[in-house]
Amino acid sequence: MTEDQKELLESEAHPLDGFLREGRIPHIFCPACSLGSITNVLIEAINESGIDPKKIAVVSGIGCTGRIAGYLNFDSFHTTHGRSIPFAIGLSVTDPERKVIVVSGDGDLFAIGGNHFIHAARRNANITVICVNNFNYGMTGGQAGPTTYAGQFQTTAPYGSLEEPFNIPNLAASCGAVYVARYTALDVRRVKEAFSEAIAKNGFSFVEVLGSCPTTYGRRNQLAEGKKILEFFAEKTVLNHDADTRDVRIDKDSPIIVGKFVDIEDKPTLTDNLLALQRVSQAKKG
Amino acid sequence: MSKQKQKFLEVSTGEHFTTGNHAAAEGALAVGCKFFGGYPITPSSEIAEHMALRLPQLGGNFVQFEDEIASIIGILGASWGGVKSMTATSGPGYSLMVENIGLGMMTETPCVIINVQRGGPSTGLPTLVGQQDIMQTKWGSHGDFEPIVLCPSSVQECFELAIEAFNYAEKYRLPVTLLLDETLGHMSERLIIPDASKIGKVERKKPKDSPEEHLPYKADDDLIPPMAVAGEGYKVMVTGLTHDERGYPNLNVETQDKLVRRINDKIRLNKKDIIRVEEYKLDDAEIAIIAFGSVARAAKGSVNRARKNGIKVGLLRLITIWPFPDERIEALAEQVKKIYVPEINYGQITREVERSVHGKTEVKGIFKLGGAIHNPQEILKEIEGDA
Amino acid sequence: MSRVEIRFAGFGGQGIGLMGRLVGEAVSLLEEGKNSVMTQSYGPESRGGASSTDVVIDEGEIDYPKATELDYFVVLSDEAYHKYIPKLKEGGILFVEEDLVTIDENAKKAKKIFKIPATKIAETLGSRLYANIAMLGFVCANTKDIFSEEAMITIMKEKIKARFVEKNLIAFQKGMEYKSDS
Repeated sequence: MTEDQKELLESEAHPLDGFLREGRIPHIFCPACSLGSITNVLIEAINESGIDPKKIAVVSGIGCTGRIAGYLNFDSFHTTHGRSIPFAIGLSVTDPERKVIVVSGDGDLFAIGGNHFIHAARRNANITVICVNNFNYGMTGGQAGPTTYAGQFQTTAPYGSLEEPFNIPNLAASCGAVYVARYTALDVRRVKEAFSEAIAKNGFSFVEVLGSCPTTYGRRNQLAEGKKILEFFAEKTVLNHDADTRDVRIDKDSPIIVGKFVDIEDKPTLTDNLLALQRVSQAKKG
Repeated sequence: MSKQKQKFLEVSTGEHFTTGNHAAAEGALAVGCKFFGGYPITPSSEIAEHMALRLPQLGGNFVQFEDEIASIIGILGASWGGVKSMTATSGPGYSLMVENIGLGMMTETPCVIINVQRGGPSTGLPTLVGQQDIMQTKWGSHGDFEPIVLCPSSVQECFELAIEAFNYAEKYRLPVTLLLDETLGHMSERLIIPDASKIGKVERKKPKDSPEEHLPYKADDDLIPPMAVAGEGYKVMVTGLTHDERGYPNLNVETQDKLVRRINDKIRLNKKDIIRVEEYKLDDAEIAIIAFGSVARAAKGSVNRARKNGIKVGLLRLITIWPFPDERIEALAEQVKKIYVPEINYGQITREVERSVHGKTEVKGIFKLGGAIHNPQEILKEIEGDA
Repeated sequence: MSRVEIRFAGFGGQGIGLMGRLVGEAVSLLEEGKNSVMTQSYGPESRGGASSTDVVIDEGEIDYPKATELDYFVVLSDEAYHKYIPKLKEGGILFVEEDLVTIDENAKKAKKIFKIPATKIAETLGSRLYANIAMLGFVCANTKDIFSEEAMITIMKEKIKARFVEKNLIAFQKGMEYKSDS
């Protein structure tokens, strides 16, 4: 242990002091929920990015994950259900230097907000989108959602869901995202790495984190106790950076494929295009 | 400023012959709008088209979003990004926007929505006039709030009230709706745009304290909190949840009461500043017409024709629709023996007038259900028929 | 001068909207002491089929912006003629594209009927697209209370794309010079 670390251990201070809003903790997350550790690594990634904190804005929609924005001590915006992405675009294009990070859940981003996601990816909006996928609507009591896989039980799928869930990384990739990665909340090291890379990226970067929701997902799917979901992830996860995103769909029995699937350089962003448009329009005869 | 930038001016000073839609867009540019987020919809699309042409020249941004929901939320984002922002739509698009107009009310976000009304319900009459969004602009979003809605009657006024809409939005921190109608949006007449120095601009109040001391939702005595935006170091916390002065969610009766009372009262207590009407030949009037938008022009024609026939009719033209000028109308009710309310709907403003007169005079609506504005003769016939 | 109402009508593609716009602009921007309002038919109605544009002119404030009783009806298609002739007021004045409009007994209420082969005249200039402007010239020569030749020429030079201006000015002149035989 270094002297610095020792000092920190003995002091009242916490390494994340200043990054969380005073008076907002304790958070609302359930015991064994992964949102706490995800918040933690997100802060670390932002901190290590070296970006001026003034230039960071965090936006979320509605849901458990959507509450993360409000705990972070940056300019933070807790919008309406599904609408974080267009809000983030408005913030992003009004200052090309601004780094806008969207953190929200699977239901928020891919059910009610799905249309915004695909168009933001298509336009290559200069934002980072982090989706914590817990396979259900946690905050409202465990209803099935767009990521609920066939055979999964939720309050609105009492006989088990029959629908095909979204293959989110494939959706992002096929709509034009310049960075697409998926990891489980168990693998905090890679999650953090993915956050860092996504934040450093220009353009529409996307990270899916498979989160653990013991309360409303685990309880109905024999994964309720403590770290059961994480163990389930540990058993099922296969790391494959070269996987074709068409092959990374999630179902009840197959392995969960994780990795960095897309990483594209130098694609003009929405902001680049808007600035180019300003130049073109101003060069024309008045 | 570079030479290139000087080529294009925010204020298109001079005499023009143009439409209400273009005039409203020019008004927005003149007052400094720098972001437009929108989705095409008849009969408002010319506003988006004009902004797409002009905004990049002025260093602003035009984004055509995937729908009206994204458009309204996009302009809220841009407003928190520190620029004046707007969208334009018609009834169906406004219906899609109302949830997030509520977010704008709750988070006290300045922005402007232009609604060029067409006939409804539903897809209705896309290319033809209606005035059926009066109640939607008031009650469309859930919860209690006091909207500001302005309603021009001429191309010149489209320009002028677009400026005022932004000024009210900035001053009182809320989304303001500028309510046009198809007739006005598409008709052309003279527009005189004054010199840039004559454009009165209001900017949002900025905090004077340091980020450490700053409470983003602590209002001054005027009930309006100064507004720090993203990137200024204030680490603003903005939520649609019921929030305290820090901006933190605080879901209890006291916080809700204090917040909702304040965002309503900041408008209610300033009705005098916000409410505008035009009074035309009302001094000696025995009969009054209350009208707004393009129909008010027909009503003026009716007043002129009635006067020629010796009937003492006057017009109260509503320029501010919400907050409703109920006190002025009650005073009018004490003067005249009957009030006629021609409108292109099945009785929206008429009911507000009935509410305002407190039984002091008779109120009669003259309804057209959409597709055409009244002509002066129709209104006159109604008045003469009763006389 | 009191209120004057003019309707231009024809089929989609004849440049009916432009006629109204040029007249509205000439009056509003160049005629001292006069106001004008222009309204147009929109939507499916204006795609093919009958297309119309109204201009209302007055010295005072124009209250009602639409035409109700036409003082002038300028028409370039049969369909538009039949659709709108009832709106021409008793003693109003009718201008017709004589090769495209066949008038009937409904036209009898007109105080005067002016006929011009505007499309043929335009074709001598290389395109029938100039028919609308030839008609405007014809209207200009035969009316006193709508717009002046000078104002219209100034507005055309300002508002019409540079490469089309010359031909349009000639079309306007030819319309001005045309003598109706009725």
